[in-house]
Amino acid sequence: MKEITYREACHDAVRSALMADERVFLIGEDVGSYGGCYAVSRGLLSEFGPQRVRDAPLSESAFVGAAIGAAMAGMRPIVELMTVNFSLLALDQIVNNAATLLHMSGGQINVPLVIRMATGAGRQLAAQHSHSWEGWYAHIPGLKIVTPSTVDDARWMLHAALADPDPVLIFEHVNLYNEKGALNESLTAVPLTGAAIRRPGNDLSIITYGACVNKALRAATELAEKISCEVIDLRSLRPLDEATILASVRKTSRALIVDEGWRSGGIGAEISARLMEQAFYDLDVPVARVCGAEVPIPYPKHLEDASIPQVTSIKKAAETLVGSHE
Amino acid sequence: MTAAAQATEASGRKTALCLLRDMLLCRRFEEKCAEEYSTGRIRGFLHLYIGEEAVAVGAMRALAEGDAVFATYRDHAHALLQGVSAGAIMAEMFGKREGCSHGRGGSMHLFSREHNFFGGNAIVAGALPLAVGYALATKLKNRRDVTACFFGEGAIAEGEFHESLNLAALWQLPVLFICENNLYAMGTVLERSESQIDLCAKASSYRIKSTCVDGMDVMAVVDAATEAVQLIRETGAPFFIECQTYRFRAHSMFDPELYRDPEEVKQWKLRDPIPGFLSKAVTAGQLLTTDLELLEKEVAGIVQEAVAFAERGTLEPVEDLLRHVYSERAILQSVGGGK
Repeated sequence: MKEITYREACHDAVRSALMADERVFLIGEDVGSYGGCYAVSRGLLSEFGPQRVRDAPLSESAFVGAAIGAAMAGMRPIVELMTVNFSLLALDQIVNNAATLLHMSGGQINVPLVIRMATGAGRQLAAQHSHSWEGWYAHIPGLKIVTPSTVDDARWMLHAALADPDPVLIFEHVNLYNEKGALNESLTAVPLTGAAIRRPGNDLSIITYGACVNKALRAATELAEKISCEVIDLRSLRPLDEATILASVRKTSRALIVDEGWRSGGIGAEISARLMEQAFYDLDVPVARVCGAEVPIPYPKHLEDASIPQVTSIKKAAETLVGSHE
Repeated sequence: MTAAAQATEASGRKTALCLLRDMLLCRRFEEKCAEEYSTGRIRGFLHLYIGEEAVAVGAMRALAEGDAVFATYRDHAHALLQGVSAGAIMAEMFGKREGCSHGRGGSMHLFSREHNFFGGNAIVAGALPLAVGYALATKLKNRRDVTACFFGEGAIAEGEFHESLNLAALWQLPVLFICENNLYAMGTVLERSESQIDLCAKASSYRIKSTCVDGMDVMAVVDAATEAVQLIRETGAPFFIECQTYRFRAHSMFDPELYRDPEEVKQWKLRDPIPGFLSKAVTAGQLLTTDLELLEKEVAGIVQEAVAFAERGTLEPVEDLLRHVYSERAILQSVGGGK
C-alpha cells in the first residue's frame, strides 16, 4: 500500500498508458505546457513530446471530433476536457458521432476513444464550472460512463477504458484530486464496469458514486452504532450494475440513493425506477434520494454546500429511512 | 503520330470514358433511387446529387488507394465512386442487412470500412472534425494518405468548419476540403447566410491554399483536385477547393422548392455536366458519340442488378434490434465468451 493523491493516480495512469502503447496520445486544452488545468498531465509534454501530448486550441468540438476521427483510424486518443460544462461545446461530436457511428455503420466503425473530464461542485466555481452531468451522459446508448472514486480506480480504470473498443467517458470529481488514498500496489488492472461494495452492512443500502462515495462512507461510520449501512460505489453509470444493487437491496430492504446531479430525470431517478421494477416487494420502505438541489450551482460557500449532498444530509436521510420503519 | 502521342491519346480516351461512365452511373443510379422512393421501397430522407456529379467524379479521380473519404448525407455518388457496390448501396436504402451499413443507416449513412468510406454524416459540418482527426492519425503513422472531406457551402456557417480548418492548418494535416457549393443550404441562398461569399477567402484566412473551380466541368475539377492532392502528398498540408455547382432536383424528396426561380434551374440545367463533357470530349476526339450508348447500357445493367440485389436482400430480425450499440467483441468479453 502506498499513500498517493487521486491526482497522482490520474497522472500515473495517463503516463503509463503513453508508455505502454504507441497509439495512445493525450489531447486537450492546456494539457501540455500548462500541465493540465488540474495538473494531471504535468511533466508529460517534456517526457513524450508535442505529438503525443497535444495542446489543442479552445475548439472543443473540433478536437473531440478529431480524436474520434483518429480513433476511427486505429489510434487510442485520450481527450481531456477541462470541465463537464465545456463538454457541452463538443456534445454534437460526442452524441452524434462517437456514440452513434458504430450503430449507423452496422457495426463496422467502432470508436475506441476515451474522454476524461472534471465534474462536480465544491470549489466555489459557480454555475458554469461545477455541474454533474455524468448521469445525463449515461442516458445515451453507445457511451460507457465511469466515475472512479478511489485512487485504485483512478489509477487503473483508464487502462480498462483504453482497452475497450467503444467510447468511454471518465468523470473525475474536482474535489477528489487532492484527496489521498492508499494505492494497492499489487493491482495491475480493474474492471471497467461493475459496482463495488465499499462497506458492507445490513440495514440500509446507500447507492452512490464519485465524490459522494467518501461522504457516504463517512456518514456510515458516524451512524455505525445505530445503523449498519452498506455503501455501494456504482463505478459505472452506464452500464449500471443492477445485479449488485438488487442483491444489496434484497438483503437490506432499504435503499438510499446519493447523487450530486439534479434530482429531476437524474441517474438517481433511473436507479429508483429500476428498484421499483425489480425489487418492489423486497423493499420495507420507499426508496429515498439525496440529490443536488434544483438550482445552478451558486458561488457562496454556504449555498454551494447546501446545493449538493453532504455527510449531514446523508445521515439525516438514512436515519429517516430506517426510523420510518421502526 | 509518335508512340508517345498515341499513348497520351489512348490515356486521354480511357480517362474520358471513365469520367463519363462514372457520371452516368451516379446519375442513373439516383434516378432509380427517386423512382424507388415513389414506389415506397426507399423511405426516410433521400438527397439526390443529380447535377453535381462532376464534383465527386472529378475530385475522387485524383484520389488513390488508401485515401479516405468523408461525405455528407448527399452521399450516394461518393460511396459508389469509392468502390462500394451499387447493390450494397441500394440494399442499404431498402433497409436490408445486405446493405453497406447492414441496413441501419439508410441513404444518409452509407459506410464501408473496407473502402475507407466513412459516411454518410447528416449533421452539417459534423464530419469535418472527423476528417481532421483521421488525417492526424495518418500523419502520426507516417503515412502519405490523403483524407478527402466533402461538405456543402451551408457547412461554412457552422463553427465546426472554422475549428476544423484551423486545426488542419495549425497541425499541417493532409486533408483535402472540397466544398460543394450548390448555392442553397436547403432553401437559404448563400448571400442570405454569409457576410463573405468568397469562400476561398475563408480558407485563406486560415492560411490554407485554395482554388475555386467550375463544378459543372468535370475536367476542371479533375485538374484542380489532381494538383491539390499532389501538393498535399508533397507537403502534408491541407488544401481547400470550392466547386461551384447546382443541384437539379429538390433538396430532399420533401422539398416543394418554393425558394428557387424555375428559370434559374432551367439555366443551370443547360450546363448539365454530362452532355457538356460528352460534347467537349467528342470535339477533342477523345470520345465517339456511340460511346454514350454503350456506357448507358453498361450502367443500366449495374443499376438493374443493384435493384435486384436489394430486392433479394433480407430484413434483420427484430430480435437483433439492440445490436451494434456496443462492439460485439466487447460484449462477448464481458460475458466471458472469448474474443
